Amino acid sequence: MLQVVCVKQVPDTDTRVKVAADGRTLDPNGVTLVLNPYDEFAVEQALRVKESLGAGEVVAVSLGAAGVQTTLRNVLAMGADRALHLRLDAAAPDALTIAKALADAIRGLDAGLVWLGKQAVDDDGAQVGPMLATLLGRPCVSNVSTFELAGTTARVEREIEGGREQLEVPLPAVFTTDKGLNEPRYASLKGIMAAKKKTIEERAVEAAAPHLERLALELPPPRAAGRIVGEGAGAVPELVRVLREEAKVL
Amino acid sequence: MSILVYVEMRDGAVRPVTREVLGEAKRLAATLGGPVTAVACATGDAGLAALGEAGADAVLLARHDAFARHDAAGHAVAVAEAARSTGAKVVLFGASSTGKDLAPRVAALLGVGLAADCTALDASGGRLVATRPVMAGKAYERLAFPMSPALVTLRPKVFAPAAPEAGRTAAVQPLAFTWDAAAPRAVVTGTTAQTGGRPDLTEAEIVVSGGRGLKGPEHFALVEALADAMGATVGASRAVVDAGWRSHGEQVGQTGKTVSPKLYVAIGISGAIQHLAGMSSSRCIVAINKDPEAPIFKVADYGVVGDLFEVVPALTDAVKRMH
Repeated sequence: MLQVVCVKQVPDTDTRVKVAADGRTLDPNGVTLVLNPYDEFAVEQALRVKESLGAGEVVAVSLGAAGVQTTLRNVLAMGADRALHLRLDAAAPDALTIAKALADAIRGLDAGLVWLGKQAVDDDGAQVGPMLATLLGRPCVSNVSTFELAGTTARVEREIEGGREQLEVPLPAVFTTDKGLNEPRYASLKGIMAAKKKTIEERAVEAAAPHLERLALELPPPRAAGRIVGEGAGAVPELVRVLREEAKVL
Repeated sequence: MSILVYVEMRDGAVRPVTREVLGEAKRLAATLGGPVTAVACATGDAGLAALGEAGADAVLLARHDAFARHDAAGHAVAVAEAARSTGAKVVLFGASSTGKDLAPRVAALLGVGLAADCTALDASGGRLVATRPVMAGKAYERLAFPMSPALVTLRPKVFAPAAPEAGRTAAVQPLAFTWDAAAPRAVVTGTTAQTGGRPDLTEAEIVVSGGRGLKGPEHFALVEALADAMGATVGASRAVVDAGWRSHGEQVGQTGKTVSPKLYVAIGISGAIQHLAGMSSSRCIVAINKDPEAPIFKVADYGVVGDLFEVVPALTDAVKRMH
């Protein structure tokens, strides 16, 4: 079975945000770009499925400027077989633009499973997976935290408010992965060496009319300075008093 | 300007986030004009006319036997059809686990953009502008919608429900929609409730979170005791989730949940930047930490410097005595 893993290159979660001079984008200076953390679970799950079936191919796909090939190379080092780079130099395309480009690329592949992280930790949209599935006309479950394959049916769970939902899904299908689904592997030295010889195919994507317009990117208003109400257990009566009388939250 | 609201239901009951979304729809309608139409996907009419009290002017009922359980694929087709047939300019959903999964499907069916997990909407300039956090709240973006309808999911617990208008009812009309339930799709086979009965992190009024300062998973009992005394939900830092002390569902921060409760209590959490991102929009933040230099004190409204093993039990006792 051929599986596709869609990955995104994002700023590391330790990033301190600075807004660029245009007032609309993230200042890239000093920002370390990494594989989106939720995508690690997607890559890992695809590799596990391939290993359990003992056959098949895992294709990593990413949309973006030339730099995303670094991230694709990391995914190849984890164990993906080949990669497809959908080259789009426009900054921060909206989710539907990404989903359409991915759908166009994936339609030509006979993919039994398509994997994505549940959201990218830069825009936190959580949109591309369900959009992609809808464009492809495939079943989709987002935020899966367990996955079990029985023939051509997958049994999965996803977290919902106050509990979990169990679903049954006929393949081919699209899944987005939540933290906790698995423990992603690190690339081994052997994997890193092997990745150098694997293919990254580059395909140009045309920027279509955007579906959203970003007017501004702003930092949140700084929180007003707080105060230390005291030290040790002796501070508890004063803490309770301010929570009741000042903050009125107890 | 017609506004459409998706009615989120579970076990036949309307979920609270829907009242928040209807409240915001009603406020938008005051600027943009109405009507506010609610669209519910269900097997039958379970008192949907009462949504009038929460702000709906009319209700469309998409009836299907498959809707006995949540069905994202079917609901997406129905909501897209409701958007077309009402000529909606704005379609609103709650940014719950259900809404965040459903809205992108509707956006793809309609071929329009979606602003997800928004914390403010502004229509004062005659056009809709949505504000939403990115990078778990490290920054906010403001988005405009070049296409129609504008699709938006609203973060739970941020928008207030409208003051209920007792006795106001909304006319319930059937929605005609074509959906092939025989096409391959994901089918919900069951749901299980979390044990403990605490509200979900993203919907909790009070969150009590613990971090590495607790020294071991067994000491989370202190956090749970305080949470129980306060009627709060338990959260955790990434460090303790990655260490396997707590489940990922409890993680607050950039690779966990973003929360904005009225009270957030951080116990033994130093305040890594990715944690701060996930909780800095809480209304009131309390930090208990032995290190006076811990970054958490920079965002806390009230801090107690001290040994959490003394402070937390004392706080739990004090809160219990209040009741």
